[in-house]
Amino acid sequence: MKYLPLVLANLGRHKRRTFLTMASVALALFLFASLRTVVTTIAAGAQFGSARRLVATNATGIVFPLPLAYAGRLRALPGVQAVSWANWFGGRYGDGKRFFATFAVDPASYLEMYPEIVLPADQREAFLRERSAAIVGRRLLDVFGWRLGQDVTLQGTIYSGDWTFTIRGVYTPSDPVINDDMLIFRHDYLDERMNRAGFAGWYILRIDDPNNAAGIAKVVDDQFRNSSAPTKTGTEQAFNASFATMWGNVSLLMNTIGMAVVFAILLVTANAMMMSARERMGEVAVLKTIGFSDRRLFGLVMLEAGLITLTGAVLGLGGAKLLYRATNFSAAGFLPGFNVNSTTLVVGGAIALLLMLASGLVPAVRAARLPVVQALRHVE
Amino acid sequence: MALVQIRDVYKTFQRDTQRIDVFTGLSLDVAQGSFTALMGPSGSGKSTLLNLIAGLDRPTSGTVRVAGADVHAMSAAQLAAWRARHIGFVFQQLNLLPVLTAYQNVELPLLLTRLSKQERAERVRVALGVVALDDRIHHYPRQLSGGQEQRVAIARAIVADPTLILLDEPTGQLDAKSSQEVLTLLQRLNSEFGKTVVIVTHDAHAADKAKTVLHLEKGALIERAAVGA
Repeated sequence: MKYLPLVLANLGRHKRRTFLTMASVALALFLFASLRTVVTTIAAGAQFGSARRLVATNATGIVFPLPLAYAGRLRALPGVQAVSWANWFGGRYGDGKRFFATFAVDPASYLEMYPEIVLPADQREAFLRERSAAIVGRRLLDVFGWRLGQDVTLQGTIYSGDWTFTIRGVYTPSDPVINDDMLIFRHDYLDERMNRAGFAGWYILRIDDPNNAAGIAKVVDDQFRNSSAPTKTGTEQAFNASFATMWGNVSLLMNTIGMAVVFAILLVTANAMMMSARERMGEVAVLKTIGFSDRRLFGLVMLEAGLITLTGAVLGLGGAKLLYRATNFSAAGFLPGFNVNSTTLVVGGAIALLLMLASGLVPAVRAARLPVVQALRHVE
Repeated sequence: MALVQIRDVYKTFQRDTQRIDVFTGLSLDVAQGSFTALMGPSGSGKSTLLNLIAGLDRPTSGTVRVAGADVHAMSAAQLAAWRARHIGFVFQQLNLLPVLTAYQNVELPLLLTRLSKQERAERVRVALGVVALDDRIHHYPRQLSGGQEQRVAIARAIVADPTLILLDEPTGQLDAKSSQEVLTLLQRLNSEFGKTVVIVTHDAHAADKAKTVLHLEKGALIERAAVGA
């Protein structure tokens, strides 16, 4: 600790340079944490899903509907305890710049299927009672400043025309991975407006035993194999993961960008450290003459590099953690549960450590190995 | 009794293809408690000799002993520790770290000791008192005159109570008044505190303050004179 004033004084020598170097490290690690959190959030979304829920979609593709008549036959299968269905709506609100997901669902069975969607009892009743009722996530309500009882008109992009819903409930997810940025309305309202009763986007099945999932999925698909709308049934987790793959190889892209940013900052930091060390060769000579050993000078330069990178790391990683938590960030509902997790913080810390070693090592070794007489020429 | 014993020292530099022989068998002694001035023209080897005595450079052959220790038989780490304990060194200029106050600059050698913060503070204040700068403790080098800077450098050289104080043209950049103050201070350190002082100088007036003057020319000791003798 007795060397700390010396190290701090050296850092204060070029305050602007030190600040900019720290800011570079902070920004790099902030970006790293943000990009990695995009990857982990997508992965968490793909992982979400109850082991007791199966999803059956049209085998041709998710955009093709399934007959509503399947519901009764699915309910009758051994091992199936409950069945619900939903449909992607794809409406937009206002100028449409703020995207959010909109689903039509069978209200009673859907809310029973998803106890993670927490709704006050009176609002649940109102949703079940009124055909044009909708429930919205707390975040969505706050974003648009909506209130309970308000009529909200969406413009249909798949199902054309203006669609007016009355907000009768505000749900809060019990699991952060559940999107609280959705509008959910009744499937019968969709059918009524479109005059096309008898179709569902996909079915959700609750089964009695997760160990029977594969067997039940096979039974479901066998049941409809020779129909006009064959099914493709899998676990809910696999269903969610299939959405994640629609992002393409985002992980690779995000990680590559993250690493490129960190590497660029490494060069900036290393350059700043080397410039700083080069300017002080004369002072290194003075310190060696006083009796500072090579090892001690090595340690002092590394300590400087450490203070710069670790301060940057605290600002960048801590800033990302606090900022996303404080703003409840979700990328307009695309990334629900966006939260810089502890693994990202640990990996970011390790990168900061590597950054310190990589940027400090060269100037530290140079300072330690500098022959005193050669260094003294910078003094004389 | 000789504090510094230089025996049959050869020092050769290689500059590109050119071989430069600085010393070819130099031998000399510096007595304990002496105030010795090394004089000679540029390139005569004065600063190189000072560097050899301080263990900052190694002779091509021969031995340099200071207070009984063979300086160049030591490893780099041992030499650093030895320098911290036995040598106080003052350069012509840029002695002080500009980001540190006078106090912090003088404290530097003490950071290498086991002294407590309080003990270090006591020693720094005494050293700055000796060079009459106890009222400039918290000043940065840029806030000091050239003469004051050199006095702070001298305070740093004496703060760890070294065996030997070496100064390389300490008055080379100073005006006459500051130069006089520094030389008077060195005389005081030698006479009052019994410090052995070796000073490299071009300045005859500075050499007059020394007890012994050694003249070097082309790496050879050509004259040894006792001032006032």
